Amino acid sequence: MRSRKPAVLVAAAVCGCLALAGCGGGPSAAAGKFSDGKVVIGLLNDQSGVYKDVSGPNSKVAIQMAIDDYKAKYGAKAVAKTIEIVTADHQNKPDIANTKAQEMYDRQNADIILDVPTSSAALAVATVAKAKRKLFIDITAGTTALTGKSCNKYTYAWAYDTAMLAKGTGEAVVKNGGKSWSIVYPDYAFGQNMNKSFTEAVTGAGGTVQQSISTPFPNDNFATFITKAASTNPQVIGIMAAGGDLINFVKQYNQAGMQSKAQLAVGLMFITDIHSLGVDQFAGTSFTDPWYWNLDAQNKAWSDRFLAKTGTRPTFAHAGNYSAAMNYLEAVQAAGTDDADAVRKQLDGKKINDVFLRNGEVRSDHRVVHDVYLVKVKSKSQVTQPWDYEKIVATIPAADAFEPVSVDCKM
Amino acid sequence: MSAFVQYTVQGLAAGGFYALAALGLAVIFGVLGVVNFSHGACYMLGAVAAAVLLDVLHVHFWVALAIVPVLLFLVGVLMERLLIRWLLRLDPLYNFLLTFGLSLILVDVVKRRYGVSGLPYERPAGMTGQVHLGGIGLPTYSVFVCLFSLLICGVVWVLLTKTRVGMIVRACTEDADRSRALGINVGRWVTPVFGFGIALAGLAGVMAAPFRAITADMGGNFVIILFAVVVIGGLGSILGAVAAGFLVGLVEAYGQAYAPTFAQVAIFVLMAGVVLFRPAGLFGRDETA
Repeated sequence: MRSRKPAVLVAAAVCGCLALAGCGGGPSAAAGKFSDGKVVIGLLNDQSGVYKDVSGPNSKVAIQMAIDDYKAKYGAKAVAKTIEIVTADHQNKPDIANTKAQEMYDRQNADIILDVPTSSAALAVATVAKAKRKLFIDITAGTTALTGKSCNKYTYAWAYDTAMLAKGTGEAVVKNGGKSWSIVYPDYAFGQNMNKSFTEAVTGAGGTVQQSISTPFPNDNFATFITKAASTNPQVIGIMAAGGDLINFVKQYNQAGMQSKAQLAVGLMFITDIHSLGVDQFAGTSFTDPWYWNLDAQNKAWSDRFLAKTGTRPTFAHAGNYSAAMNYLEAVQAAGTDDADAVRKQLDGKKINDVFLRNGEVRSDHRVVHDVYLVKVKSKSQVTQPWDYEKIVATIPAADAFEPVSVDCKM
Repeated sequence: MSAFVQYTVQGLAAGGFYALAALGLAVIFGVLGVVNFSHGACYMLGAVAAAVLLDVLHVHFWVALAIVPVLLFLVGVLMERLLIRWLLRLDPLYNFLLTFGLSLILVDVVKRRYGVSGLPYERPAGMTGQVHLGGIGLPTYSVFVCLFSLLICGVVWVLLTKTRVGMIVRACTEDADRSRALGINVGRWVTPVFGFGIALAGLAGVMAAPFRAITADMGGNFVIILFAVVVIGGLGSILGAVAAGFLVGLVEAYGQAYAPTFAQVAIFVLMAGVVLFRPAGLFGRDETA
């Protein structure tokens, strides 16, 4: 009896140690898989300036919807138990975007940064992402450089780029008979990029660009430029301005009675532009849209959820943020970790069909290609409900919508 | 030739906005000695007020043209009574900073309430077509803006030169101290004059509503050009503000037409030239004289 007691104690102690070790092993293994035990999504965009309505604070709502959907889908099996969103306002300035991105990755432990409108700001964040080896998915910036000479392993372009807009609108309008063009563009990086892309697309499709007119940026008086653009009697006037400048241009274009003289083609348009100017002023205008809320029942259902939370219909940027966040979380689920390199391997080459991407595919240059839509703005009498502004003229298949992989991209 | 005429009318139409708003700025500076940096924000408020009136109360453009200046007059009275007045005795820089701060607040309040992508505005009835002058088609609205601002400037001119009220205001503008010595209660005229200046900015805003994007930021660029206008015309000079307003509109239009890269620079080159050769502005009187 006396000799057995210590043996029992030893056995109990050994079991206890093993049990403790087992318990202790759990969290330490998880901590190895998840940096700081949670997934942090950084939303870096314009929270107060010109692109606030286009993406802005409502993109946080869209990302939260993705988090909710992820949790609902995987329930207890979800590997990411705690998911947080951190936001920052980059005021469309590349230097602020650079600082905020570093802060997000280093101090707030962001595993990924989403959105980042304004091309120069997005390029700054791509550089930070590359240096920190953390992920960045661009949604609202349209520069082709992100998947061209500035491409890197950690940066993805999810929604659109200037070449896609030009290809979609430029080629389609020429094919429909709008062969002679005048292009008016704001004289800064985006405008110059758009002018180049559109000129290539129009001439490539057999049309001619009679003149390309540069304007100051920002600018509120376009009357003279409109007179100039019309002086060669083009069939189409292409405007590459965005936001407030676009609205200025279209108001003055209509004021000058140009609606009946030349077809208006808009380079980059968000549904908020149509909403803020009023549908009748844009009626008949052609543009390319990466996504439309009322395309089909799936989009409509998602948009209804978004409307209930925000009181407004989503732009393509909101849906893009949702899709990027959701696919990121799916990739984390598949990888079982938030380690950027492991998640990246899950994303690369992935074929995606969701509310935002139809026939989507993550290409080797990290350009996400998908079906996009050539649309015409409805006339006032065709509008049946609020925000019902776009008529889909054609679906441009993913394979044709984007430029091929750039030779400049070396990861 | 036809293009030149079109550019001219477009320049005069743009100048109409500058002239009206600069007139308000000049009157305020003349009587109060206040450089009102919030003028651009008040111009924006005028446009936003027109858009909100149309959206909520279905008040049309022509009615808004009468109502909004009255509303902005009240805004001006409030601004002067509650804020500007208390800093008048101090260095003019204080009121400059105050109005600068005010404009930031006004812009952000509008941004918060109405977002940044702008408010819709229907084209006013009867203003959608074109008028033909000797075979040259001109947008009706541009011609209207041009004529209407000339008319308003004319009315203000008559008001200031031919009426007793105008004479008092001018006396206060020219020399407030001597006017006081002659028994004029300068302080009594300060509030309505400030309100009147703001009302003119609001009127320019209403006229801009069908023509330009109605956003919280619309006054930002505008106020910079406005200051160029006032400096070119001569700070505080009423005739100078109007003439320089139209002149700047023309310079901008011709610049855009014939040397687009230099269109905006041209205005400031003109300003620099005027300051170099006539420091008091084209119509301003030299202080040493």
